Amino acid sequence: MSAAPEAPALYRYVLRLGDLALVLGQRLSEWVGHAPALEEDLGLANIALDLVGQARLLLAYAGEIEGRGRGEDDIAFLREHGEYLNPTLVEQPNGDFGETIVRQVLIDAYQLALYERLVRSGDERLAAIAEKAVKETRYHLRYSSNWLVRLGDGTEESHGRVQRALERLWPYTVELFEADALDRDMAERGVAPSLEEMRSAWSRHIDEVLTEATLKRPADRPYTWFGKRGEHSEHLGYLLAEMQYLQRAHPGARW
Amino acid sequence: MSATAARVVPGAKEEARVQTARRALAAIPDPELPALTLADLGILRFVDLRADGVLDVGLSPTYTGCPATDTIAQLARRALEDAAVGEFAVHHVLSPAWTSDWITAEGRRKLDAYGIVPPSPASTSSWRSSAAGLAVACPRCRSARTETISEFGSTPCKALHRCLDCLEPFERFKCL
Repeated sequence: MSAAPEAPALYRYVLRLGDLALVLGQRLSEWVGHAPALEEDLGLANIALDLVGQARLLLAYAGEIEGRGRGEDDIAFLREHGEYLNPTLVEQPNGDFGETIVRQVLIDAYQLALYERLVRSGDERLAAIAEKAVKETRYHLRYSSNWLVRLGDGTEESHGRVQRALERLWPYTVELFEADALDRDMAERGVAPSLEEMRSAWSRHIDEVLTEATLKRPADRPYTWFGKRGEHSEHLGYLLAEMQYLQRAHPGARW
Repeated sequence: MSATAARVVPGAKEEARVQTARRALAAIPDPELPALTLADLGILRFVDLRADGVLDVGLSPTYTGCPATDTIAQLARRALEDAAVGEFAVHHVLSPAWTSDWITAEGRRKLDAYGIVPPSPASTSSWRSSAAGLAVACPRCRSARTETISEFGSTPCKALHRCLDCLEPFERFKCL
């Protein structure tokens, strides 16, 4: 392994992982009390809880790297829209249950491909977090994949809905594997896995599930979003407004 | 983690202090599964005496988002204060990651008696297979005719099943 990465780059990389978990956890928790059945309410809430747990570990680490005394809560609640580095996919609205499941399969498979490799990271702290998170992520992916098969290979109505959701969300997956300077830097330093390698693992799983779900894999389109650089869709602002309201209205509030 | 700091070869007095702390911690009931202790769950990882006289205590979370994690750390601090073991530091240990395989034989017996099916060995099986894997016997009537309702239950560590004979729903510890 080459030299340890400088703080700002590693800080930004850890934020990418932490913000992904935080924003998706917040999105999924919107289902609490609204899911189609009690079991799914519990399932989605459990996944949200795991994601928020991962976010806490990652954002606390980001705060330590930054070295300005900010804790996980400061980083989660007091940053602006453009400082969030999550991929655009996870901030997309929940839509119906089918659309939430499509988004979840796409991102669970991504997180599994990531954590399975990150356990060998040259960064010990990230490796430890990944070692813990990879086990939970296997459960998440099993849940979302099995639901996608039931919906895709279900009725004409459910099939049509998840196929349309897949078409709508697919363009956001390009960003996950489009390596920019930070991704390349982290990979070269032995901190992050190669996105190319992750793409193959992700693609294998997605193809397998889509085939079983009788769904068609959409064609890749050249346009790419870059939430991971802080360039977000219009949806993130609304999510943050709700998530950050309390801390901004009552700074330092504790309960 | 920080627990790798220099340790001392303990004399009888130090050894007694470590043992007192270990006993106090091991007996703490889990806040969500009060029938089991921290020792039964396998989440008490180490009690070590550092060269500077501080007791290092390592606890592992079962799930990253488990709301009981903070409560458990608080209970541990209180137990150590009550046991008057002197200065201590409580650490969260992530690696190696906790697995349900670490639940002790005693812990499994208590889970079963509590009406929760103990976990079978953790696996990394494919997405197609249910977490249930092999047939799960009903903890009430012992029937093997059961089904999985959901891989997620009332707490992060449990899944929901139902018995097809006595028709009672029941919980099972997830195999992580």
